[in-house]
Amino acid sequence: MPVALELSGVSKSFTMHLQGGVRLSVVADVAFAVGAGECVVLDGPSGVGKSSVLKMIFGSYRCDRGQILVRRGTQRADIASVAPRRILALRKDTIGYVSQFLRAVPRVPTIDVVAEPLVLNGAPRDAARKSATELLRRLNIPAALWGLPPATFSGGEQQRVNVARGLLPDLPLLLLDEPTASLDAANCAVVTDLIAEKKRRGTAIVAVVHDPKVRNDIADRIVDLTRFATAA
Amino acid sequence: MTDINGEQPLLIAEGVTKWYGRQLGCRNVSLELYEGEVMAVVGESGSGKTTLLQLLSAQMEATSGRVLYRMRDGATRDLATLGEAERRFLARTDWGYVHQDATLGLRMTVSAGANVGERLMAVGWRHYGRIRGAATNWLNRVEIDPARIDHPPRTYSGGMRQRLQIARNLVTQPRLVLMDEPTGGLDVSVQARLLDLLRGLVADLKLSAVVVTHDLAVARLLSHRIMVMKGGEVIETGLTDRVLDDPCQPYTQLLVASILPP
Repeated sequence: MPVALELSGVSKSFTMHLQGGVRLSVVADVAFAVGAGECVVLDGPSGVGKSSVLKMIFGSYRCDRGQILVRRGTQRADIASVAPRRILALRKDTIGYVSQFLRAVPRVPTIDVVAEPLVLNGAPRDAARKSATELLRRLNIPAALWGLPPATFSGGEQQRVNVARGLLPDLPLLLLDEPTASLDAANCAVVTDLIAEKKRRGTAIVAVVHDPKVRNDIADRIVDLTRFATAA
Repeated sequence: MTDINGEQPLLIAEGVTKWYGRQLGCRNVSLELYEGEVMAVVGESGSGKTTLLQLLSAQMEATSGRVLYRMRDGATRDLATLGEAERRFLARTDWGYVHQDATLGLRMTVSAGANVGERLMAVGWRHYGRIRGAATNWLNRVEIDPARIDHPPRTYSGGMRQRLQIARNLVTQPRLVLMDEPTGGLDVSVQARLLDLLRGLVADLKLSAVVVTHDLAVARLLSHRIMVMKGGEVIETGLTDRVLDDPCQPYTQLLVASILPP
């Protein structure tokens, strides 16, 4: 099983200048690797830095020290040190991310919110929309909502739109931050199935999931971040 | 200067500084902008954002430092060494400049169609029917009813004027568009429509753009990278979501913390 992602010596702290320069150390020397087709679930109590680690892998948080190597074809790129342009390129064809909350753009209909990652990757708009509708249907978003912007949808609907957007492109590495937090059991099962399909296609997954059932269903391995937590 | 993919930047600023007498405009600003890339310049009023935009578009000469632009023939030239005619030709064809105040970017008393057509005539279009066809097409793209083509923009609302200004700028298929607070002064629903439109056009036309704004939501929506300015200097720069989600500098943290959640 080839390694898709490898973290070593990854450390993160925040300096809060508005609070008199308080320095909050989150994690230190985080090290783990994820193989293709494997799902690693990050564990530890709230505040231990699970989302921070996901965001460092995605590049939306700075990594103070260490390496975050992501495999892209035959090459490896270090997210902790590459230029912003390179991170954007990796997000297009290598790293997918499902955030906890959907950040909806005003006026953009749901179907285009979901199809956008494919369109940005050069897929024809019609084909991208068609794939988007298939996924929206599986996630039980009624067809009547596809043409509406998701800003006014319920929490669970927004989360499913977000999951659809994140899972639509087939990328080798997927980061999931509580993808089922506001979903009912039936929809949790759909998401679990979708994740299992991704794994069979060789996608490496790092997830933060609290729901014990979902976690049990998707995790191949648990990485407990408490052992990397720095005494705050 | 060559990037990993062998691409070269479209626009380069090297240590650009501008003094207005003893008053600092901006100091030691460097940047590289690649094709298809959108950079937001954020910061409070008086931080040097507009000065920088005017230096980048050769509307003003830098006190020191230089600005380089990759021409259509592939040669990267120092803007200060271009002749006046060459610079004007660039400004009328390869560049767009969207002003916050649409009256500065439009001719208010001639028709909307003429406002769009003028830029085409500057690049040698002569056939009236084709110019009008292109203008109609662009009015449609920016969601202005083509029935208004013969009306002058002084009869337009603020949001329509801004969209017309965008059409006028984009009709010559520029490679670089500089925007100074493009949504400033518009009410929020009009802003949302304009942002959505800009976002689509930038992606479809693979435009490079520098967008000056004090609105971090605009920066998040439109830009790939952000430059934060304060007191004429760049204090933080990086990937848009990294600067906004994990700001490092005290002033950037203050900016991000000052947004009122809706």
